[in-house]
Amino acid sequence: MVYDSSSGVNDFAFKIATVNGTGSASANGLLLQALFRMGIPVSGKNVFPSNIQGLPTWYEIRVNKDGYTARSPDFQLMVAMNPQSYERDIAEVQSGGWILYDSTKELPADMLRDDVTFLGVPLAGMCVEKFEGSRTRILMKNITYVGALAALLRIDLDIVKGMLEEKFSAKQHLMDANFTAIKMGYEYAEEHFDCPLPIQLESMDETKDCVMVTGNAAAALGCVYAGATVGAWYPITPSTSLMDGFTEYCNRMRKDPETGKNNFCIIQAEDELAAAGMVIGAGWMGARAFTPTSGPGISLMSEFIGLAYYAEVPSVFFDVQRTGPSTGMPTRTQQGDILLCAYASHGDTKHIVLFPGNPKECFEFAVAAFDLADRFQTPTFVLSDLDIGMNDWMIPKLEWDDSYVPDRGKVLSADELEEIEQFYRYLDVDGDHIASRTLPGVHPKGAYFTRGSGHDKYGKYTEDDEAYQEVVDRIRKKVESAGDAVPAPDVFTVEGGASVGIISVGGCHWSVLEARDDMLAHGLDVDYLRVKGFPFNQTVEDFLDAHETVFVIEQNRDAQLKTLLTLETGCAKEKLVSILYYGGQPLSKGHVLEGIMPHMEGITAEVGS
Amino acid sequence: MSYITKPSARHPGLKTNSLGLSMRDYEGSMSTLCAGCGHDSVTAALVQTFFELELEPHMVAKLSGIGCSSKTPTYFLSEAHGFNSVHGRMPSIAAGANAANKGLTYVGISGDGDSLSIGLGQFCHVVRRNVDMVYVLENNGVYGLTKGQFSASADIGSKSKKGEVNQQGPIDPVNVALTLGATFVARSFSGDKQQLIPILKAAFAHKGFAFVDVISPCVTFNDHVGSTKSYAYTRVHSQEVIETDFVPLRREIKTKYDKGTTRAVKLHDGSTVHLSKVSEDYDPTDRRAVIEYLGGVVAKGQVPTGLLYLAEAGHDMHEFEGTVEKPLVDIPYGDLCPGSEALAELQKEWW
Repeated sequence: MVYDSSSGVNDFAFKIATVNGTGSASANGLLLQALFRMGIPVSGKNVFPSNIQGLPTWYEIRVNKDGYTARSPDFQLMVAMNPQSYERDIAEVQSGGWILYDSTKELPADMLRDDVTFLGVPLAGMCVEKFEGSRTRILMKNITYVGALAALLRIDLDIVKGMLEEKFSAKQHLMDANFTAIKMGYEYAEEHFDCPLPIQLESMDETKDCVMVTGNAAAALGCVYAGATVGAWYPITPSTSLMDGFTEYCNRMRKDPETGKNNFCIIQAEDELAAAGMVIGAGWMGARAFTPTSGPGISLMSEFIGLAYYAEVPSVFFDVQRTGPSTGMPTRTQQGDILLCAYASHGDTKHIVLFPGNPKECFEFAVAAFDLADRFQTPTFVLSDLDIGMNDWMIPKLEWDDSYVPDRGKVLSADELEEIEQFYRYLDVDGDHIASRTLPGVHPKGAYFTRGSGHDKYGKYTEDDEAYQEVVDRIRKKVESAGDAVPAPDVFTVEGGASVGIISVGGCHWSVLEARDDMLAHGLDVDYLRVKGFPFNQTVEDFLDAHETVFVIEQNRDAQLKTLLTLETGCAKEKLVSILYYGGQPLSKGHVLEGIMPHMEGITAEVGS
Repeated sequence: MSYITKPSARHPGLKTNSLGLSMRDYEGSMSTLCAGCGHDSVTAALVQTFFELELEPHMVAKLSGIGCSSKTPTYFLSEAHGFNSVHGRMPSIAAGANAANKGLTYVGISGDGDSLSIGLGQFCHVVRRNVDMVYVLENNGVYGLTKGQFSASADIGSKSKKGEVNQQGPIDPVNVALTLGATFVARSFSGDKQQLIPILKAAFAHKGFAFVDVISPCVTFNDHVGSTKSYAYTRVHSQEVIETDFVPLRREIKTKYDKGTTRAVKLHDGSTVHLSKVSEDYDPTDRRAVIEYLGGVVAKGQVPTGLLYLAEAGHDMHEFEGTVEKPLVDIPYGDLCPGSEALAELQKEWW
């Protein structure tokens, strides 16, 4: 069954196959941005190898006038620039589609298809003629296909020109070379093909309140706005750009106006273990501190995460998930760390986890994570993924409420310490399961020993059974109570409520929404809840109660969200049906429908055609 | 760790320092280490050092990892915040804490098990990072809490209590610290307070990472004949290559130093350390020469002690990082959040 997501004007997907390290990323970025500036809802997915230079890499662009921008694997057009991957690229185009290729060399005859149209443009040849130097020729070849696409798809050349002017405002010769290449490709296509193709673009007005940004950049900015001052990290794909972003924004927005010195400290640690230690050390001192990493880093940090949990030190961990287990596929996406983060470390541990679904939520949840970590004095995770973190997403503009005051939780001031007779670090005095903490250097009465070894409610070392249990029981209740404080789920219901529900998480959201709309359009009632935080709050429990069958859609092999729902709610596991995709690409509508429809007797044929 | 609270009664005639605090105010809980443990002597030296340096207890942060040595922060400065972290990872906690709040005095206590095996990586990097702290390594060549296994500082040929002979080469933390660019490197012996206290004082006055390796015998598992980390062995084989006297900023210099053999080095806080060269050809400010000289002493089967190397200048972590003078934890939130206008402005680039 094919669930075709596209056809015609402002509704199609195309893919560009190039070689990594040849400058195609900037050409593809230019394309995406041009479409965005034409006001058309658009998304770009970078499918890149774990390699510096020379391996196949792809970029997928989807435009959709109705705003569905989840990944679509139904490509009507392939820009085939890499002979290494011709075979699979040519095979991947939908029947009736188009293949734009570099005709400087002829395509091998066995790769030709008669159900698609081949559009040969002698890109390399033209660039050799027009430009000097092998590096420039390679770079301009990429820009030239952008020009050809501009003619074939009717991309607004004024917009492209405007972007080049912004980008190369200080470098006129680069501006000239780039625009020459654009024009060269454009004119060749106009002259040799019937332009535009049936798949084409028309300017719209759907993006003016939006921005185009990656989740990692947005999360980094969230850390700046939350007031984080210490960031410790160890480079790992796909989280590295989060700290790159934090560094950039801090250098721009966090310099002391008088001295020009840094109101922040970013430490590249020797490994993820040390990065976690630094975050905990800074958190102990009262700074807002964080580390960005990916699954392998969380594995390494797990010992420290248990310490922070038991010693109750606020700390924020960003896990930009990639495909596991082990090294896995570092440049592919997955949601394989849900259970890892929810229960990281040995002994009884459970953590607050937030699940952003796009870069806007990466920004907002970053701020929320610091508030939650401080309020509940515990490690808090923001669980993003490679698709959200590294791809450019079209999102509504970020907003900031200037009246925001950080929730620092219960921290006793010098005056408060002066007042009380004796301070006990782990004593719950008001029944909310949260004990007050003190910060070093504030007052002699505040001193206590932070430790990962057994301690009683007074903060003293203990090996006594009851004294030990009293503390760990309080911590359990404390973390469970965070269910009411994490972002509430998104709930979408049909009037009167359906008997079938879907629960999903993170970046699956956009494909699930699109698939659900298809189902609704075909008279198939289905409700939907997107989990945004753990511990689950009552809304999740109620949703499970209210539906006879609940499809749990997620991107991992072992149904980790379903497992978590089974463990952490009263729901009977028999009513949960897993829909899983875990091959490393972002989820698409097809995955959802192909998973659900076989369970929906009698209506399969009508949906998605 | 286990602890026993000390009675708070005190003798009215106890000597006090300029803060009005007595030595008792710098103590912690009663030690639960074995009677005669070298670590308790190090604790006592630290207490005296804090008292004489007149530090405010609550302005000190004391940290440790896991092991016998790491228990000791409980036994001093009960009014200081302490952090007993995980095995071998105290350096990263200290680095993060110092990054956030440079306004405190940091002291980390570790051992040879904690620093030289699981923690060797973190030890190396805290040296490289030059975190402003005093790092005391209580070195006894043995794992005490797990009952007598060799540690990575055990010498070749050293015998365990059960009679096994260590055959793997030792990791010499002094050599490691020197090689990695530490700006203050010392070694002392828990049984030699006269030497240890001036070294500790100088270490606290030093800006940057101050490393003090203290041979601190384990009376229970490594104090027998055949051990190279026993009291007896260390007394016989320790060779003080350099004498240290510490003169705080405020104190008038009364001792006369022989100009020919003594070198005065000004420390960051204005105090002075006088290094008397017991060996004539020893220059404690020449890193390469120190490494070579110590190598020769060690080759003779001796244990070189003293403030072995001192760099007169060095950038600590904050200087590398370019952070503001004020501790980051003291910056009000209003100065950290760029606000809505800046956000709107920035997002123009995302169009």
